[in-house]
Amino acid sequence: MESTTPAGAPAADPARDAARDTESAEFDAVIAADGRIEPRDAMPDAYRKTLVRQMSQHANSEIIGMQPEGNWITRAPSLMRKAILMAKVQDEAGHGLYLYSAAETLGTSRAEMTDALLAGTARYSSIFNYPTPTWADMGAIGWLVDGAAIVNQVPLCRCSYGPYARAMVRICKEESFHQRQGFEILLTLSRGTTAQHEMAQDAVNRWYAPSLMMFGPPDADSSHSAQSMAWKIKRFSNDELRQRFVDMLVPQAEALGLTLPDDGLRWNEQRGHYDYGDLDWAEFKAVLRGEGQCNAQRLAHRRRAHEDGAWVRDAASAYAAKQATKDAARQEVSAA
Amino acid sequence: MSGSIGDGGAPARSVVPEKAWPLWEVFIRPSRGLSHTHAGSLHAADATMAIANARDLYTRRAEGVSIWVVRSADLVASSPDEKDALFDPAGDKIYRYPTFFTASEGVPGL
Repeated sequence: MESTTPAGAPAADPARDAARDTESAEFDAVIAADGRIEPRDAMPDAYRKTLVRQMSQHANSEIIGMQPEGNWITRAPSLMRKAILMAKVQDEAGHGLYLYSAAETLGTSRAEMTDALLAGTARYSSIFNYPTPTWADMGAIGWLVDGAAIVNQVPLCRCSYGPYARAMVRICKEESFHQRQGFEILLTLSRGTTAQHEMAQDAVNRWYAPSLMMFGPPDADSSHSAQSMAWKIKRFSNDELRQRFVDMLVPQAEALGLTLPDDGLRWNEQRGHYDYGDLDWAEFKAVLRGEGQCNAQRLAHRRRAHEDGAWVRDAASAYAAKQATKDAARQEVSAA
Repeated sequence: MSGSIGDGGAPARSVVPEKAWPLWEVFIRPSRGLSHTHAGSLHAADATMAIANARDLYTRRAEGVSIWVVRSADLVASSPDEKDALFDPAGDKIYRYPTFFTASEGVPGL
């Protein structure tokens, strides 16, 4: 239920307050019972806002995330690789659209979210502001970036907001193809010529640390984590997920015959996990602020693509309007 | 209770610019013999485009053999506020389940 009281006005309606209390108790009970909140249920404004922020950021990341790989479609080393890469980039567009429509159920239109992205006021994952200078980057993105995304996204399939959880189930099913195709690209290069092996190693060297930072700041510095965990939007903390990812990478890197560029990486018998080196959070924050290598390029490209598509959107709207008028006229004639 | 629906029931309060394409709900039949199931929603200028977009968006991996689309604004949904009044009458009629009847236990074929 929406409040009709202007902001700042005294809340002096006991009936409304009572209704609010009941709604809030119902919301708390659903969350406590590990149930799902659905679009038309009452929910705290802060819960709605948090979800819109997270889901639109997630959707924007998928849309911007098409660019680093789109860069290599025309230069893929074989027709098969090209077809695979196109399918992967198309999936990313699809993931963006699943997430926008899930976010729309919270009352924010896709146009608003698109506008915020184009205006530069909405965020997307900072990982996509790194360049992709070699073909091996396609492998490293699939293996490391999509690998990290999967670790992050699997628990989101149990997120307390129904439409988000359902979109994530669909996305996770499709992501595992992305990760395996990346691994396969790296493995082929790693087993190829010395130059190809070095190219694969160079890409892993550049993407390793940024992919670890995809899980967000350490728990102690993460501003939204505790509340999101209480609401069961998040199920595990940033550091827990990062640890899970590192533990997964070590044997996979061995299988690839590549090394991970981390002096602090060693098995910790006591913890039963791999320790890893400190990450450069100053770099992470700088890229978020817009100082990454490709921030300006990614946004400029997105804006251009949106503007270039304007005539198509307008033409489709005009055609639909014309057809609707014709249909209406036809119905009038047949009714007469 | 009618209202604009997204993913099975969004609040009808999004401000859609006039030129924006309307929202459609997509239902997919996964294979012959099964019902159409809600898959999600998308934007399209008209029904033909909604079907084409649904094909690209929701059936990239042979997830369906048939697609329904309906304008979200045309869906009518029950309101969460009416949940009790609507569904409570079914709650206390345990005799609608076969497990209510125990006298036939042990009798073959029942």
